[in-house]
Amino acid sequence: MTLVLPLLVPLTTAVVLLLAPARPLVQRGIAFAGSIVQLICALFLCRAAILHGHVVTQLSGWPAPFGITLVADILAALLVVAVGIVAVAVTATAFAGVDPRREAYGYHPLFQILFMGVSGAFVTGDLLNLYVWFEVMLVASFVLMALHRTNAQIAGALKYVGINLLASAVLLTALGLLYGDTGTLNMADLASIWPTRTAVTLDLVLAMLFLVAFGVKAALFPLFFWLPAAYPTPPAPIGAVFAGLLTKVGVYALLRVFSLLFMHGPPIVLSLLLWLSAATMVAGLIGALSQRDMRRIIAFNLVGHIGYTTVGLAIGTPLALAGSVFYVLHHILVITNLFLVSGVILQLRRTTALDSLGSLYRDHPGTALLAMVPLFSLAGLPPLSGFLGKLAIVQGTIAAEYYGITALVLVVGLLTLISMARLWDEMFAKPATAPAVARTPARPLVWPVAGLTVLTLAMTLGAEPLVGLSRRVAEQLLQPGAYIQAVLGGGLNSSVYGPKPHMSLVAPQEAGTPHGHSR
Amino acid sequence: MEMLLALVSGVLYATGFYLMLRRRLAQLIIGLGLVSNGTNILIFAAGGLTRYRPPIVPEGTLTIEPPFADPMPQSIVLTAIVIGFGVLAFTLVLSHRVHQSLGTDDVDLVGTEGER
Repeated sequence: MTLVLPLLVPLTTAVVLLLAPARPLVQRGIAFAGSIVQLICALFLCRAAILHGHVVTQLSGWPAPFGITLVADILAALLVVAVGIVAVAVTATAFAGVDPRREAYGYHPLFQILFMGVSGAFVTGDLLNLYVWFEVMLVASFVLMALHRTNAQIAGALKYVGINLLASAVLLTALGLLYGDTGTLNMADLASIWPTRTAVTLDLVLAMLFLVAFGVKAALFPLFFWLPAAYPTPPAPIGAVFAGLLTKVGVYALLRVFSLLFMHGPPIVLSLLLWLSAATMVAGLIGALSQRDMRRIIAFNLVGHIGYTTVGLAIGTPLALAGSVFYVLHHILVITNLFLVSGVILQLRRTTALDSLGSLYRDHPGTALLAMVPLFSLAGLPPLSGFLGKLAIVQGTIAAEYYGITALVLVVGLLTLISMARLWDEMFAKPATAPAVARTPARPLVWPVAGLTVLTLAMTLGAEPLVGLSRRVAEQLLQPGAYIQAVLGGGLNSSVYGPKPHMSLVAPQEAGTPHGHSR
Repeated sequence: MEMLLALVSGVLYATGFYLMLRRRLAQLIIGLGLVSNGTNILIFAAGGLTRYRPPIVPEGTLTIEPPFADPMPQSIVLTAIVIGFGVLAFTLVLSHRVHQSLGTDDVDLVGTEGER
């Protein structure tokens, strides 16, 4: 039940929101309350996952691999908690006011559906189900993007929709070929029969298809151009959710599928992933340095730092992978926070173009100090969480003797620092050229920023246990035995359900060889 | 039969990608539709084709002798068709919206408009 709640709560909230009176305050209140409940459920799930290693639920009691499995290891549980945190922060910003037209067309329920889709993608144990959650998430995000007025927003939405639909088609192609090859799409089942196959002709094709499909969603190097076009255009809360969560779903899917299937597969795929991660870092930061708008700079930084989160997977040692996992968690908080900061600045100055910004520190010292933490945490200034994340990755790359990547991580870190220092200088320090529009920032916009800033600081102070957890996550990912055992061999809840009697009616001779399908 | 489906699927993919590389929005959408249908046929064919043997346990017995048609690819295709249909409807509405607000269905012009 702990595993179903992070999906049921946002769904229920969405339904209640659709049925509730369309008064703004009621809608905002319900959405906020629902997100808090979701965060609490996520925390319970996380606690169970940390205690037991894996939490498994077989939906409707159908035993794996016949039914749909929900499974949360520590990584998935931590990410579900991150969804809860982002949800609370973003629904809180709605109290500062939402475009009435957007609110009338389902702004709040769509967010809840989006949160459900993201959580579902994190906890599913079935690849087809992963595709379905992807679509749930995408359709909600499409509508959130397309509820726009300006031409730039419509154009951004079109690019976003087109490229993501293509990626979905590629993913579906991969799933079809994978099913044809193995006869199952249950992740644990796949991982258990993967080493025992005799013909491995399709491995390279499958790995490449998955790399492209998830690479588009994660915004890896040659596939990221839609992101800086699309993410800076919607209002700040929508951008915050997209930037914080949606790319991480792609990274998570890469981590999951590659760690289960392709870690010992064709070596060319992992080295390709390494090169792509390196290119992503460089291209993202070069893009960031060439931009003159805060939100576009942050979007390019987001792309660049996706490279950090995949480089650990490409290297494949526990230390490097742990660094990447820690970085994912840090990145979700910080990027979401920076987009929310852009919302505050939009309210204060009506623009995020650097040329018309300035003097924010003089006019709003409190807000500026709050924004300073995520800015310099992203830049990797010690002792903030970004520094710890980069340190963990650097340690991992050195231990794995990838010195070139180490150097690149450091150089890109320096570029990030330059980019963030420039942002600070242009937005907060230099004298303003245009007068302020609003005197003080709206409280509902600042409080989520403050909350996320506190969490970033907490991540810095509580880095020790979190790094420990990241190491456990890396171990779990690299040794999928426990995952397979938890899903197929009876996990936390298997004693509750047990095999259903009518399963024996289907095909008893398949019980011993569940993969012997009809071909 | 496999060969025929492979050819159909391949042609659908090729036409779909060709159309998606064109500049008009309508062609982009038709291309997306063709690619998703090509995918459906690919899944159907990759799951193995068994004719005249539905996966139904005959009356009076508890087992069914292989070979029998695998229902899984069919359910995957069904899921994909439903999702693809909904998404296609959405892209049509979006393209109408793009045409309304930008007054063009040229993808390149939409792009430059967005960079502005």
